[in-house]
Amino acid sequence: MAGHEHNEHSIGFYVVILFALLALTGLTVGAALVNLHAWNPVVALAIASIKAMLVVLFFMHVKGASEKMTKVVIFSGIFFLLLLLGLTMADYGTRLWT
Amino acid sequence: MASVTTIPEQENYLTNGYGIKSWLLTTDHKRIAMLYLASITFFFFIGGIFALLVRLELLTPEGDFLQADTYNKAFTMHGMIMVFFFLIPVVPAVLGNFLVPIMIGAKDLAFPRINLLSWYLYMIGGVLITHCMLTGGVDTGWTFYTPYSTAFTNTKIIEAGLAAFVAGFSSIFTGLNFIVTIHRMRAPGMTWGRLPLFIWSNYATSLVMILGTPVIAITIILVAAERLFHLGIFDPRLGGDPLLFQHLFWFYSHPAVYIMILPSMGVISELITAFSRKRIFGYRFVAFSSIGIAIIGFLVWAHHMFVSGMSLYAALIFSFLTYLVGIPSAIKVFNWTATMYKGSISYTTPMLYAMGFIGLFLIGGLTGLFLACLGVDVHVTDTYFVVAHFHYVMVGSVLMAYLGGMHFWWPKISGRMYPEGWGRLAALLVFVGFNLTFFPQFVLGYLGMPRRYWQYKAEFQVLNIFSTAGATILGVGYVLPLIYFMWSMRYGKPATDNPWSAAGLEWMTSSPPPTFNFDETPVVDFEAYDYEHIKEAEVPVAH
Amino acid sequence: MHTNAATTEHNPALRHHFADMTQQKNSASLGMWLFLVTEIMFFGGMFCAYLIYRLAYFNDFGAASTSLSLKLGTINTIVLLLSSLTVVLAVNAAQRGKQKLLFFYLIATIVLGCTFLGIKAVEYHDKFVEHHVPGPDFHFVAEHPEGHSEQAPVNQQHAQMFFSLYFVMTGMHAIHMIIGVGLFSGLAYQAWKGRYDRNYNTPVENAGLYWHFVDVVWIYLFPLLYLISRHH
Repeated sequence: MAGHEHNEHSIGFYVVILFALLALTGLTVGAALVNLHAWNPVVALAIASIKAMLVVLFFMHVKGASEKMTKVVIFSGIFFLLLLLGLTMADYGTRLWT
Repeated sequence: MASVTTIPEQENYLTNGYGIKSWLLTTDHKRIAMLYLASITFFFFIGGIFALLVRLELLTPEGDFLQADTYNKAFTMHGMIMVFFFLIPVVPAVLGNFLVPIMIGAKDLAFPRINLLSWYLYMIGGVLITHCMLTGGVDTGWTFYTPYSTAFTNTKIIEAGLAAFVAGFSSIFTGLNFIVTIHRMRAPGMTWGRLPLFIWSNYATSLVMILGTPVIAITIILVAAERLFHLGIFDPRLGGDPLLFQHLFWFYSHPAVYIMILPSMGVISELITAFSRKRIFGYRFVAFSSIGIAIIGFLVWAHHMFVSGMSLYAALIFSFLTYLVGIPSAIKVFNWTATMYKGSISYTTPMLYAMGFIGLFLIGGLTGLFLACLGVDVHVTDTYFVVAHFHYVMVGSVLMAYLGGMHFWWPKISGRMYPEGWGRLAALLVFVGFNLTFFPQFVLGYLGMPRRYWQYKAEFQVLNIFSTAGATILGVGYVLPLIYFMWSMRYGKPATDNPWSAAGLEWMTSSPPPTFNFDETPVVDFEAYDYEHIKEAEVPVAH
Repeated sequence: MHTNAATTEHNPALRHHFADMTQQKNSASLGMWLFLVTEIMFFGGMFCAYLIYRLAYFNDFGAASTSLSLKLGTINTIVLLLSSLTVVLAVNAAQRGKQKLLFFYLIATIVLGCTFLGIKAVEYHDKFVEHHVPGPDFHFVAEHPEGHSEQAPVNQQHAQMFFSLYFVMTGMHAIHMIIGVGLFSGLAYQAWKGRYDRNYNTPVENAGLYWHFVDVVWIYLFPLLYLISRHH
């Protein structure tokens, strides 16, 4: 049974991640103030996803975790969420087609 | 036959501690399973009483027994209680809780206190639904479609919703417990490929519980919020879409039926192998088809919405996906019958239930495919055809598998044998009663009798009378085991460790098992269903 | 294999149905991740509703979103990200056996969490005062930035839909924050009593996972609710 590693990142490393998160927050607010037409929501969600990944990988210690199951569990959660959203949109997206 | 026989005094989970506190504060998964057995059985009979009311009303075409609103409440409460308080929890919480740790060679589930919490959550949900029932109930159908449920009915939606919400968390915690237990607590040598198929089934079920139940939880909250604050998320008068409710509702409620059937299929795998004295045919296929059903089951929910006004193009996609989900189920049926081929069959009570399951599940499953066809569905949806379909899979399959499993594992659970003659009689009554109740409903539906109607056209009466007659026989068939199981606890023949000479770790410990399941942690060096090496009445001993 | 917990030396936190602390820790961790998956699906239902209506009522959602305070929303985002840092530093302190530091970071997390909730309360109050709370008093008037006074009038129903979803989604998020603050208060008490050290700090880690998850939900809520249509 593989032991759970103590992810010995230094405090400095976590602070760097925080600064990255804060910078990305600034970026997303800035991007929202610019008219990128249809790209606004895409950019906003992309930045949010990068922030989420930083939190999951580094703050939640998923990067370098010895347990493979953790990643399987996360992917399943995301997959089924996308399924819910995607297949529901299959209805809404095609309702007005003739 | 009526003399009291005592089990030779050895410590087992039943004798380890007496008094109400030792039961209500237990963390022993076997005791928790028994707590569930008592409460789930109670709710089963409550749900049955509502079914009785419905069938009595339907003896005559006119609405002369109940008022229309009361009839609506009767079928709603029947559905809600049977779905949320019986079918979803029964096999995992009673048989699963008892057997999962033992079958994998563990001392308990991963989180025993959360297991107890699951039962308390079930009970809280049960108290809520009972109070709801006693103070007027709900009349929307168990599917509580909007906007009727959010804006028009003045029945106790929020209380009923809360009951289902709390019971849902009971389900989530059970699933979470099973997944962690099966991943982390298998005994040495118990590889995934050696697990009994009952474990694979409960694992697949747990995946569905974890991924699906939260969506109904949030849906219930949205309905409650809409009712309380007049929000309009599902109300067309306020810019909302009732179909959004249906999407969110069925995203859970379709996989929910796989929560019901998957553990039952796991039971059948155990029964068929034990009473054919043969290895399962195609172990890998059966194991992976359980996972397949769990996953594909999440892709088909909108087949409940074909006539709701949803997009035709989406309907085509969901229809195709619904056909796909039939494939893994069919694989299992083929594998069970192939297991029986050239096996050494014994027609014990559990085997009678298992064989009944195969036939009835075949009919239930095939009629599901009829419903998957858009053209047919337009004709028979919201008729008794659908009612018959789902009762074939829920009652004819899930319930019969549960009863088969209860009979099979009763000696292990209680340390007593049930009376075999009465067992077979009850199984026969259940089979005959069931078919008489529900087969006519296929015909009724096809001829056009709508479901959830309190009155019907006179030409449908004869078939309805058959159906009610069958329901009466079915009821007797259910009451009998209740009586003789309780009788056997005092007067039944004491059971040996392995009365069926069956394979599996649970048969290698005493009946009833000790509190920590095994005297020593077993080491597994044999495959599942190792019947070539098990002679009758000579079983490998793990201690 | 013969296991007899009574005779072997073991960590006092070892529960008897587990063979060793590693199995216990891995089980608890897997259990918490599975619980977080249920939370993903739980919030997912609301995101699904949001997606549908955002696409259907695009312009009105944009107008409604603009009435939310960008300043307060951004501050709250920063507060929550900071609190994720204090959480990971708390876990780090526990793993290094630094009990006083652990206690400090737990308290810091609680303070930041309460700050978030306080700011949220202010925002809710503002919405109430502006008649943006769904119900009989609802009345939405779009702000017209300079040069755009000829904007189409906002559909009240669609605007109300935005606010229904706003309150439900941020409300559910706030409830999870309150639970998180409660959890961390319990942790802080136990930490003060010296319960966590190098050999046993699983509750801190797992509560940390919960907190980070609630942060991730906000990471998505912020752009979806506050940043729809801020450009001129």
